[in-house]
Amino acid sequence: KYQFAGLSDISISEDTPVEGEITIPMRSRAREFDSSTLNESVRNTIMRDLKAVGKKFMHVLYPRKSNALLRDWDLWGPLILCVSLALMLQKSSVDGEPGGGPQFAEVFVIIWFGAVTITINSKLLGGNISFFQSLCVLGYCILPLTAAMLICRLVLLAGPGPINFMIRLFVVVVMFAWSVIASTAFLADSQPPNRKALAVYPVFLFYFVISWLILTFTP
Amino acid sequence: MENMDDTSGSSFEDMGELHQRLREEEVDADAAAADEEDGEFLGMKGFKGQLSRQVADQMWQAGKRQASRAFSLYANIDILRPYFDVEPAQVRSRLLESMIPIKMVNFPQKIAGELYGPLMLVFTLVAILLHGMKTSDTIIREGTLMGTAIGTCFGYWLGVSSFIYFLAYLCNAQITMLQMLALLGYGLFGHCIVLFITYNIHLHALFYLFWLLVGGLSTLRMVAVLVSRTVGPTQRLLLCGTLASLHMLFLLYLHFAYHKVVEGILDTLEGPNIPPMQRVPRDIPAALPAAVLPAARLPTTVLNATAKALSVTLKSH
Repeated sequence: KYQFAGLSDISISEDTPVEGEITIPMRSRAREFDSSTLNESVRNTIMRDLKAVGKKFMHVLYPRKSNALLRDWDLWGPLILCVSLALMLQKSSVDGEPGGGPQFAEVFVIIWFGAVTITINSKLLGGNISFFQSLCVLGYCILPLTAAMLICRLVLLAGPGPINFMIRLFVVVVMFAWSVIASTAFLADSQPPNRKALAVYPVFLFYFVISWLILTFTP
Repeated sequence: MENMDDTSGSSFEDMGELHQRLREEEVDADAAAADEEDGEFLGMKGFKGQLSRQVADQMWQAGKRQASRAFSLYANIDILRPYFDVEPAQVRSRLLESMIPIKMVNFPQKIAGELYGPLMLVFTLVAILLHGMKTSDTIIREGTLMGTAIGTCFGYWLGVSSFIYFLAYLCNAQITMLQMLALLGYGLFGHCIVLFITYNIHLHALFYLFWLLVGGLSTLRMVAVLVSRTVGPTQRLLLCGTLASLHMLFLLYLHFAYHKVVEGILDTLEGPNIPPMQRVPRDIPAALPAAVLPAARLPTTVLNATAKALSVTLKSH
C-alpha cells in the first residue's frame, strides 16, 4: 500500500534519482516449485506428468484452436506414441528370419527425423513456433494413427482378404485425415497467413508415409 | 514441465528473465558477502567453503557460456532462410512453368533460386515410390525399402545436380549450384506426375506415351535453360545431352528397374517365396544380386523391361 502513497505528489526534484525495483512474484514461486517437486513422492511426479499427457491427448482427439499443446510442451506423449507404434509395427520372426529389430529402428528414425525436418521447414518459412513446441505437436498428432494401427492389428486377426483390406483402408484414411486436421489446427496459427499451405504440405506427406507403413503392415 | 528453454521470442518474457538473472546475481553477491563475513568469523574452514563454491560457480558459468555460443553458431539455420522465402502462388506458377519449354536461347533465361519447391518435390517422389510399392501388392520390409527410396531420390537430385554443375564448370556455362539444384528439382515434377499416374494404371503403352510427352517436356525445359546459358555448339551438346539422357533414363529406371531392385531385396530376404506380381518370365540373364549398384544394370533391365512389355502386350491381344 505504501507504493501508492507518493502518487498525490508527482513532482520530481532535480536531484532525486528516479529508480525503483520491479519485483516479479514468479521468481519466488519458481523456487518453491523446484524444492517441492524434489521432495515429493515418485507417484506424485508420475501422476502429474501422466495427467498432463492425458490432457494433451484430449486436445488432439477434439482439435480446437487452443494454446494448451503449445504452451506447456512436453515430449513424453510423443515418445510413448512413437514407441507403441514402432512396437506394433514389428513383425514376428516366426520364420526364423534374423531381422526382427530393423522395423522398430526404422519407424523410430522416420518419425523423429520427419518431425525434425518439418520443424526446420516451418521455421525457415518464417514461422514463430519454437523447435520443441513443433516436435510436441507433431508427435501428439500421431495419436489417431496409433489408434488406427491398433484397429488394423485387431482386424488382421480375422484373416486376410479384400473386405479386410477395405476396412483397414477406410480406417487408416479417416485417421490420417484426423491427424492432418489436428496438427493443422495447432501449427497453422504460427505461420504468416499466406504461407499456411506451404507449411501444411510436408505435414501431409509425413502422415501419408506413416499411414502407408500402417496400411501395408502384414504380421 | 518447465519450459524455461523456450525460444518463442516473447520480449516480455525475455525482459522478465533478464531481470530475474540480475536479481539472482544480486542475491548471490549478497550471499557471497554474507559468507565472507561468516568465513572471516569461522577462519580457515569458512574460507575454503566459499572458495570452492566460487570455483564451482565460475565453472558452471563458463560451461554455460561455451555451450550457448556453440549452439548459436552451429544451429544457425538462418543461412538457409532466404532460399525458403516463397509464396504458394509462386510455387504453383513455377511448377507449371517447369513443364513449358521456352525457346529463347540468345539471352540467359531466369532461374528461380529457391529450395522449398525442389525439396518438397523430392519428398513427394519418395512418397509416390512408396505408394507404388503398395499398389504392387508385394510383401514388404518397410525399413530397407524406405531407405532405398529416400536414397534413390535424394541421391539423384544431389548427385546429378553436382555432376551437371561440374560439367557446366567445364563447359563454361553460367549457372550456379543453387540454380542447378532448383532447376533439376523442379524437373522432377514431370517424374512425379508420370509415376503417380502409371503406378495406378498399369499399362506399358500408357507409360511410354507419358514418358515421351511429360518427361520430354520437362527435359526440354531444362535443356532450353542450359542452352541459353552456354556458348558454343560442342559445349551445348555435351551439357544438354548428358542432362537429357540422365533425366529420361531416370524415369525409365524408376518405372521398371526400381521394381527389380525391390524384388532383388525381397528375393535375398525371403528366399523361394515368390510374391504374386512375379508372374512374368524371369530376367534374360540370371538374377543379379541386389547389392549391385542398380545403375550398372540399366541396359539389361531396360532390355528385360522391353521384352516384358512386349510379352504383356502380346498376351493382352
